[in-house]
Amino acid sequence: MQRAAQIRNFIAENFLFGAADQIRDDASFIDSGIVDSTGVLQLIDFLEETYGIAIANEDATPDNLDSIDKISAYLARRLDGSRKAAPPVLEVAEAGGQS
Amino acid sequence: MCGICGFVNLNGIDDPELLPQMIGAIRHRGPDETGFHRSPEAGLAHTRLSIIDVAGGQQPMCNWDRSLWITFNGEIFNYVELREELIRRGHRFRTRSDTEVILHLYEEQGEQCVRHLNGQWAFAIWDVTRRKLLLSRDRLGVRPLFYTQTGDRFLFASEIKALLACPEVPRELDLETLDQIFTFWVPLPARTAFRDIQQLPPGHSLIVQDGRIRIAEYWRLEFDPETELESANEDALAEELLALLQDATRIRLRSDVPVGTYLSGGLDSTLITALTSKLAGDRLRTFSVGFDDPAFDESCYQNEASAFIGTQHTQVCCTEDDIARIFPEVIRHTEQPILRTAPAPLFLLSKLVHDSGFKVILTGEGADEIIGGYDIFKEAKIRRFWARNANSRMRPLLLKRLYPYLDDMQRQPPEYLKRFFHVTETDLGSPFFSHLPRWETTERLKLFLSSESRAAIPPNTAMEELESMLPAGFRGWAPFHQAEYLEAGYLLPGYILSSQGDRMAMAHSVEGRYPFLDHRVVEFAGKLPPRLKMKVLDQKYLLKRAAAGWIPERIRQRYKQPYRAPDGRSFFGGRNRVVEDMLSPEKLKRDGIFDAARVTALVNKFKSGHARGTRDNMALIGILSTEILMEHFMKPRTTMGSQRRATDHAASSANTQFHRGEFSVWSS
Repeated sequence: MQRAAQIRNFIAENFLFGAADQIRDDASFIDSGIVDSTGVLQLIDFLEETYGIAIANEDATPDNLDSIDKISAYLARRLDGSRKAAPPVLEVAEAGGQS
Repeated sequence: MCGICGFVNLNGIDDPELLPQMIGAIRHRGPDETGFHRSPEAGLAHTRLSIIDVAGGQQPMCNWDRSLWITFNGEIFNYVELREELIRRGHRFRTRSDTEVILHLYEEQGEQCVRHLNGQWAFAIWDVTRRKLLLSRDRLGVRPLFYTQTGDRFLFASEIKALLACPEVPRELDLETLDQIFTFWVPLPARTAFRDIQQLPPGHSLIVQDGRIRIAEYWRLEFDPETELESANEDALAEELLALLQDATRIRLRSDVPVGTYLSGGLDSTLITALTSKLAGDRLRTFSVGFDDPAFDESCYQNEASAFIGTQHTQVCCTEDDIARIFPEVIRHTEQPILRTAPAPLFLLSKLVHDSGFKVILTGEGADEIIGGYDIFKEAKIRRFWARNANSRMRPLLLKRLYPYLDDMQRQPPEYLKRFFHVTETDLGSPFFSHLPRWETTERLKLFLSSESRAAIPPNTAMEELESMLPAGFRGWAPFHQAEYLEAGYLLPGYILSSQGDRMAMAHSVEGRYPFLDHRVVEFAGKLPPRLKMKVLDQKYLLKRAAAGWIPERIRQRYKQPYRAPDGRSFFGGRNRVVEDMLSPEKLKRDGIFDAARVTALVNKFKSGHARGTRDNMALIGILSTEILMEHFMKPRTTMGSQRRATDHAASSANTQFHRGEFSVWSS
């Protein structure tokens, strides 16, 4: 739940410029026009920085990232499953440096 | 090049102060001299930038029996030939000016005279005996012409600020126009950002007589390929295009003062510079803008072009701080909200030209619109190609080749690329197919409108209004031509030639001339099949063939880089206070256009360095320019009476929607 709230705040602040209550957890970011092509990169940067993961192109799909629910599920798979999947620290720094 | 203004009086009461006040507001367009013609019924004024017949071309000018008076802004490039024909038909001339040619042609042919003109113009003729005012604007909309009506006057002027000199003219933002700019980037023809102030659309004339206004189209932009050109020899067509451009350039060098060129480092301006250099003889002066940020700078191409052609080149460097510093002044000249800072560097460039002692500049403007230069044409072609095989994994990747200069596009995950540019059946059937991704992105800017503003704008009117004004044959045109029309018919006059063109050049008394927008070139381009404009994904294919040998190969073959300038971040690095002053919560609330909390969140996003991408930048520049416009020219909406606001929509659509045909002047 805490992750969902963090994501909601990020979306509200960066793409809706306030009004966190306007976004439903299952609403598609693309269909509702919340993110554009740049927004997706911002979202990926945010997730990588906040949760210390690297999101490869194969994972960067609408199936994984296109709503608060989908991101929560994706993060649960990445973070709450095997810790072995966590990327090296160096890679995280690079991802953050691109923003 | 000059500024014009005037009025027709219904009540016969003269106001001797009005004309000087109106023309005084646009003296920057013509600082050399000012002239007036006034009668109780009508007044014309002119502020002059002397270019042709410096001694004899004073205006307003009358005919031999003083029954016709003209005030004219622009140039008629074929005036030499027209003058000879008129002399053969018995006309006697007192001056060598192109202005007098219009008067004689009007004497002979009335309002149809405009069909013979090759040029860029906005003029008004007061026909004393018929008590008739004719306003006319050139075919592509190079020169501006605005008009409005108060209770007892019809007023016109080169710029809106001259109309605002009349105290009865309202100073209110037209929210439906803002809605259009936050969709199409431009107001649709006839609209302006000001409620109840209209603009005469390109290719139209307007007649005021007997208390009625009649608006008539005399020329229409069309893309209707001739079938025989499908199989024509490409070399022959390239030669024909070059010959037309050479002649268009030749007649655009007619001037009694020296002419220079803008050199951006791209194909179009380099070719025009090469053609000009050959015709002009002496060592040509060229001018360009460079950027301290290498992401935008094209100096190396500009220098290469200058060395190859042998010009004397001068450059002004534009920094982010410059953009922020001059932006309020830029908006005072554009007189409309804009979504990019791109006009600002051109403001500096025209100052460089002016300070170098030049008044006339030729540029490569217009080629991208009529000969298939813009990336949006390529994007549409790829989307259509992909739609034919929707499951293809490779086709969407072509989209990355589109924007090699956009980092965010290059980093885009493939699955997202497919989603963002995905084509639906509905999209394929839309007349706006090419522009849907752009307009959908832009429409998100409306998120920042206040709830009151949103309530005053009825939904979908922008798109419906555009659909209602498309030319009759539009739906039968090739998709490529439809896309070209949307650029050349709307973005070109509504932004490129105005906010980036006339307004930035005239801010420093510089006249731009555009060989690609000679109507003979435009009509020729309209007949070309799309495959000659973009071969596979090679933009401006035929023009590149025409330019072979004239310009450096590296420039002829280079990937087209659109003209861009640093956007939002320009306002956050330096010491300027534009954002603090114009986007303070107090001002935002007072003006009532935008949601103050959301705009503050956007500003904070920029301050924290997290803003990026088209949307954030367009939002900031769009909001900032609107607020500057409010500050300079408008009354805050919160000071308007509630009754007035409630009737906003009905009154606004009735008054500002484009009427073609006849309607009463004083009907409202």
